[in-house]
Amino acid sequence: MPTVHFTDAEGAVRDVEGNVGDSVMETAVRNGVPGIVAECGGSLSCATCHVFVREDCLSQLPPMGDMEDEMLYGTAVDREDNSRLSCQLRLTDHTELFVTTPETQV
Amino acid sequence: MGTHAVEEAAGAPAGAGTVPTRTGLLIIGASQSGVQLAVSLRALGFDEHITLLGDEDHRPYQRPALSKEFLQGTVESESLIFRSNEYWAEHNVDLVKGEYIVRIEKEADGSGVAHASSGREFPFKRLALTVGARARKLEIDGGGLDGVLYLRNADDALALKARVGDATDVVVIGGGFIGLEAASSLQKMGKNVTVLEFGPRLVGRAVGEETAEYFLQAHRSRGLDIRLNTSAARFMPDADGGKSVAAVELQDGTVLPAQIVLIGIGVIPNTQLAEQLGLAVDNGVVVDRFALASDGTTVAVGDVANMPNPVPGSEPGERIRLESVNNAIEHAKVAAYSLTGRREEYAGIPWFWSNQSDLKLQIAGLCNGFDQTVVRRDEERGKFSVLYYRQGRIIAADCVNAPLDFMAVKNALAKGQNIPADAAADPATHLKTITTDSQPH
Repeated sequence: MPTVHFTDAEGAVRDVEGNVGDSVMETAVRNGVPGIVAECGGSLSCATCHVFVREDCLSQLPPMGDMEDEMLYGTAVDREDNSRLSCQLRLTDHTELFVTTPETQV
Repeated sequence: MGTHAVEEAAGAPAGAGTVPTRTGLLIIGASQSGVQLAVSLRALGFDEHITLLGDEDHRPYQRPALSKEFLQGTVESESLIFRSNEYWAEHNVDLVKGEYIVRIEKEADGSGVAHASSGREFPFKRLALTVGARARKLEIDGGGLDGVLYLRNADDALALKARVGDATDVVVIGGGFIGLEAASSLQKMGKNVTVLEFGPRLVGRAVGEETAEYFLQAHRSRGLDIRLNTSAARFMPDADGGKSVAAVELQDGTVLPAQIVLIGIGVIPNTQLAEQLGLAVDNGVVVDRFALASDGTTVAVGDVANMPNPVPGSEPGERIRLESVNNAIEHAKVAAYSLTGRREEYAGIPWFWSNQSDLKLQIAGLCNGFDQTVVRRDEERGKFSVLYYRQGRIIAADCVNAPLDFMAVKNALAKGQNIPADAAADPATHLKTITTDSQPH
């Protein structure tokens, strides 16, 4: 099963198993992972599902679209090179993803 | 979790998962705001049992996709579910589906009993109304024909989906967000779509004239037939005495074929229970800055609540009712603080979004009372923004496919900063770089 390991800004870790095809954001929200807000439900409108992806996991992710790129410039905590919006990251059979959630999303 | 042993039914084992005879908080309306209220309360450490009750037969779900991805079939219904069943069980929240509350008895201390149409009773210590709004009906001849539809909840969307396969022609009545989103979706699904708008421009008062005009031209250039200043006179059946709609006759006598008529002409807040309770009602349930209704104990949240305008700099006494996901969430947080004995005011700047075809509209702030606009247009990259000013200060922006502008304005408003109008006029300028802390004189 695909698994996402969420680390919050204080360092607490939460491991969540997800379903293939769901996004990392959906996986977080449905299971109540606190560091993801996702006001817009995944329609790339709010930039409140910002995550920092562990460097060695970046290669398993789909490339970033222009809209996601622009939205990332407006996140509550400034973007880094490893920033993504988790609504754009779909789980596959092989997903084993380590992400850190920012201190705040709004 | 929680310490609600005194509330347990006699003889019932104590502990998580048992439903007390009287819930700590009854939330009527398993909506965006109802869900957020329960979630926020748990985050704040509220440890009483919560009952989240809805009148639909679905687990609480997100509405925005109903007119877009769900209608088009690009997301499954499971994706719309807010929280897993396990989440609710772990957090001692009892989900009640398919119960319609018809009457509430309430005591001065805020406790009471809610009576459902099924005869079930729901005793509570505190009450929250997150009952939202219902679609405004168009009462004209033929309004009861099969295929004359509205789009407010999941069952509406399922009914629309069920008919859409056999339809060639769709008439959408109402050129607001719902109407335009659904019209764009249906057009993408290959339907011949006509939009009728009663008023002289699209989207009513939610956006300024420049944005309305932009959407009119953009949709028309994408092949959508939009008719302004046009209203339907009656819906005509497929045969004399037929049950299904086949056409729409306009006021001027024009007849448009339509196997589906979709009506999106606004909503009416569900104030019936508040009225029965004797709460102050005026375009929604009147609440104070802390989401408390006029009885001082019931909270009312989201689309149904008429609240003091939360935008910094608003006139004292100015009130507003907002219909948006963002408001449902932020207002629920305010109510959660209230219910845990804290007084926290509304945080953040109201914002809205609407996705129509490849047009992605994001609105930051409220443009009411603007006295100046700045239009930023980048034809080449398909970006368009309108910035709204009042007395030299930015108060809102409509941004189409321009998330950088949207984010810059939203962040500036949240921090009380300004984006000077003269410097903003050049679309090549990044708004973030000209944001200023200084106040205009």
